[in-house]
Amino acid sequence: MTTMAATVTGSVHSFDVSTGVDGPGTRFVAFLAGCPLRCQYCHSPDTWYQRNGRPTTVDELVTEIRRYERFIKVAGGGVTLSGGEPLQQPGFVREVLARCKAMGLHTALDTSGFLGDRADDALLDEVDLVLLDIKSGDPDTYRRVTRTGRLTPTIRFAHRLAARGIPIWVRFVLVPGLTDSAANVATVADIVADVPTVERVEVLPFHRLGAAKYTALGLDFPLADTEPPAPDLLDRVRGQFRDRGLPVY
Amino acid sequence: MVQERGSAWRGFTGKGWRDRIDVAEFIHDNVTPYEGDAGFLAGPTPRTERLWRELQRMFVEERKRGIYDVDTHTPSTITAHVPGYIDRSHELIVGLQTSAPLRRAIMPAGGLRMVEAGLKAYGYALDPAVHAIYSRYRKTHNDGVFDAYPADVLAARRAHIITGLPDAYGRGRIIGDYRRVALYGVDRLIAERRERKATLDGQLSSEEVIRDREELAEQIRALGELKTMAAGYGSDISGPATTGREAIQWLYFAYLAATKEQNGAAMSLGRTSTFVDAYLQRDLDEGTLTESGAQELIDDFVIKLRIIRFLRTPDYDELFSGDPTWVTEALGGIGSDGRPLVTRSSFRYLQALYNLGPAPEPNLTVLWSPALPEGFKRFCAQVSIDTSSIQYENDDLIRAAYSDDTAIACCVSAMRVGKDMQFFGARANLAKTLLYAINGGRDELTGDQVAPPSPPVTGDVLDYDEVFAAYDRMLDWLAETYVDALNVIHYMHDKYAYERLEMALHDYPVHRFLATGIAGLSVAADSLSAIKYAQVKALRDTTGLAVDYAVDGDFPTFGNNDDRADAIAVDLVERFMAKIRRQPAYRNAEPSLSVLTITSNVVYGKHTGTTPDGRRAGEPFAPGANPMNGRDRHGLVAAALSVAKLPYRCARDGISLTSTVTPDGLGHSRDERIANLAGVLDGFTDAGGFHLNVNVLDRTTLEDAMAHPEKYPQLTIRVSGYAVNFVRLTREQQHDVISRTFHGSL
Repeated sequence: MTTMAATVTGSVHSFDVSTGVDGPGTRFVAFLAGCPLRCQYCHSPDTWYQRNGRPTTVDELVTEIRRYERFIKVAGGGVTLSGGEPLQQPGFVREVLARCKAMGLHTALDTSGFLGDRADDALLDEVDLVLLDIKSGDPDTYRRVTRTGRLTPTIRFAHRLAARGIPIWVRFVLVPGLTDSAANVATVADIVADVPTVERVEVLPFHRLGAAKYTALGLDFPLADTEPPAPDLLDRVRGQFRDRGLPVY
Repeated sequence: MVQERGSAWRGFTGKGWRDRIDVAEFIHDNVTPYEGDAGFLAGPTPRTERLWRELQRMFVEERKRGIYDVDTHTPSTITAHVPGYIDRSHELIVGLQTSAPLRRAIMPAGGLRMVEAGLKAYGYALDPAVHAIYSRYRKTHNDGVFDAYPADVLAARRAHIITGLPDAYGRGRIIGDYRRVALYGVDRLIAERRERKATLDGQLSSEEVIRDREELAEQIRALGELKTMAAGYGSDISGPATTGREAIQWLYFAYLAATKEQNGAAMSLGRTSTFVDAYLQRDLDEGTLTESGAQELIDDFVIKLRIIRFLRTPDYDELFSGDPTWVTEALGGIGSDGRPLVTRSSFRYLQALYNLGPAPEPNLTVLWSPALPEGFKRFCAQVSIDTSSIQYENDDLIRAAYSDDTAIACCVSAMRVGKDMQFFGARANLAKTLLYAINGGRDELTGDQVAPPSPPVTGDVLDYDEVFAAYDRMLDWLAETYVDALNVIHYMHDKYAYERLEMALHDYPVHRFLATGIAGLSVAADSLSAIKYAQVKALRDTTGLAVDYAVDGDFPTFGNNDDRADAIAVDLVERFMAKIRRQPAYRNAEPSLSVLTITSNVVYGKHTGTTPDGRRAGEPFAPGANPMNGRDRHGLVAAALSVAKLPYRCARDGISLTSTVTPDGLGHSRDERIANLAGVLDGFTDAGGFHLNVNVLDRTTLEDAMAHPEKYPQLTIRVSGYAVNFVRLTREQQHDVISRTFHGSL
């Protein structure tokens, strides 16, 4: 396996070392390029295609991670593979996470679950936590939000994770006029309440900080005129999840 | 006398500190480390709240008028002003710099011009009699310096390649061991000084010996004046303090006397909380004090420290924004025996930020180590998140380089309390020096020949080796000219504005540092990186002066944990320090170096032309050792690890990093944020990072504060090594702060 690693190449858009954003503690977060979804609120349209990234071998990425290994261990944290959609490159993800686990680092995968079937059991063995983006609970809304996706693979993936005992942090992006209806939120809460390994739900308020990227790419930002959710709307939605007995942030 | 002292020291253990003056040993023998959480702390009493409210009303007036009041007639000395009070019957700790709160004093011995300009700026005029004394009969430090500056120093100063020099004002950055007055009483300290002076009687009267004898005589005189000043407030401080309240009062009297005698750029307090704790703990054990009473004493002391004021000019405030005094107090740390020096009083000092609200002063500085008790770490992180008012320095580095009784002067300058002093040296502009190297010593803004003529770098595309060789030679000139200036300044400061009381509270002989500094490190490193890794074309005007640069291609920048760029910055620090070491230093001071700009990064940038990294002429530098704004693309941790590579052994006067994170950039819940920030501080300290300012703020808060300053009278932010009231910054400085990188989540 390790002899293979040097030759497995992924497409990596960028990396970041951040705290408390993409999983617990201070984390090395690699953003992999390429995603099958085209979410209306996407704040990183510059990661939609694999060609948006730089070809990077497992060794190269792990070398970069090693520069932060000690800091992460002292500060508490780990490594998160995000995107784009990391499961578009399952072989690369599996090798990188395996190397991180071998270093003793906590591993997380930030995914929509739409390509969950591509994650084989060997890959899931290397994952300590999944940040699972549930974009909507109602199939029609899911389609409208993602433009290209379907809801069922995500639900299937969530149950598979639960069966393997893998903890899940669910993320739900709250967009006024798109995902905020009480009925839609209730369907997400239904799905989540049914998955026993969900440890928390993070309701992420929609923002427009990615708008400039659309302009730079010559693309239309469909939500250019949508306001971020008001505090009382956020409270209502968080309340809906909380009422189901879920820890909500 | 002996019996009195015995009762003052009742219950204390240890012997050595009784026989000789050794506060560090007293602390070792009597510290009660506290490993718990913040649950025991008390809120403000109604008395504290009333007193603070009264002052807050005055602060509003002060902000409006620039200064609240000033005594234009009385050159300040330890005893020049009659005792002053805020509200005599309700103050627990007493003493003001002049006869009324917020009434500033004049200290013309540093420089008359500074006093007159300061008064004029706020609509006052100096008493003509004082003007006559300091222009006709009595020379000032400022006069002396300009009598002795050589021409090349004057030119370098005028061109702003060397700036912020303490040649017209008090140098500051000297911390008296004010605790000695509380522990031993003034009489014992005078007796010790007399013994020291007597040892010089047997030596021939060389220039050095004469100077030392005169200085010791002045120190003894100042200690006498300290007693007189305290007596005016009804306290006899000839003997040691007998209670917690007296210990704080004695200590404060000593500090206050220093601020009456010196308008130092930084008038730092030292490391007092754990010392004071021994007394408060004894009172608590004896049943004469409650927790609320102990907190009330600390709060009252902190109120006094918050109203320390100096008369300064608006120019000075442009350089050092927000009317700072740098009443720096070092908290926490680990003892040389491995026990934490964290006590309940370390918590109490921090608690004052809740009881009185956030404020820039005193400049609370936590000496951080991963080995600190978890309860203290969490409380510090919480206070940072709530107030953005504290800074962190690496206790593991400081303890190893100095001792476990080391305090911070100003922002990042570590010194053993009562054993080390420093000759403050402001800073030299490394980025501008690079432009001088390219232009053969001519100034890129004026075209004037400032450094001695050397062959300019020719050729369209800049060649790295050629530029670097010219830069290295120019740095030689800079180091020589810079230290030359400092030697003149400190000779004259000792002669005309000697810190009598502060030096009386140091060991004799004292260890001296010559503290140099650099500005523009990240600009210089990125510029060199651009020349090395991209193509940089010099665009020259008709006189051949390179005034602009065209950069083609990508290049690594400092602040991304990328060794290609970081190694350049490391080399510059090592290289410049080596050059400084080769210069002869006044009084054989040990040279040191800081990478710190306070807020003068704005002013330095203003006086520096376009640089090869793409920074436009006049744009601010990054503060301290920070990466340039917006060029640290991988987050706070990557930036911090780049800065942590700068070698402390070559920058023993400190390396400053200022970071701003949004609350969301630390986690979703309060608990998570606290744990995560403590973790980041552990990681940074473990990596060898020296100093970290942490602001936890939203950009929108700052923008709102610019638009509606009246809503944010206490909004405090960390800038470079200290904290300021955001609403007291100039608009230019406010814009600079807002344009800095905010590490958040996207």
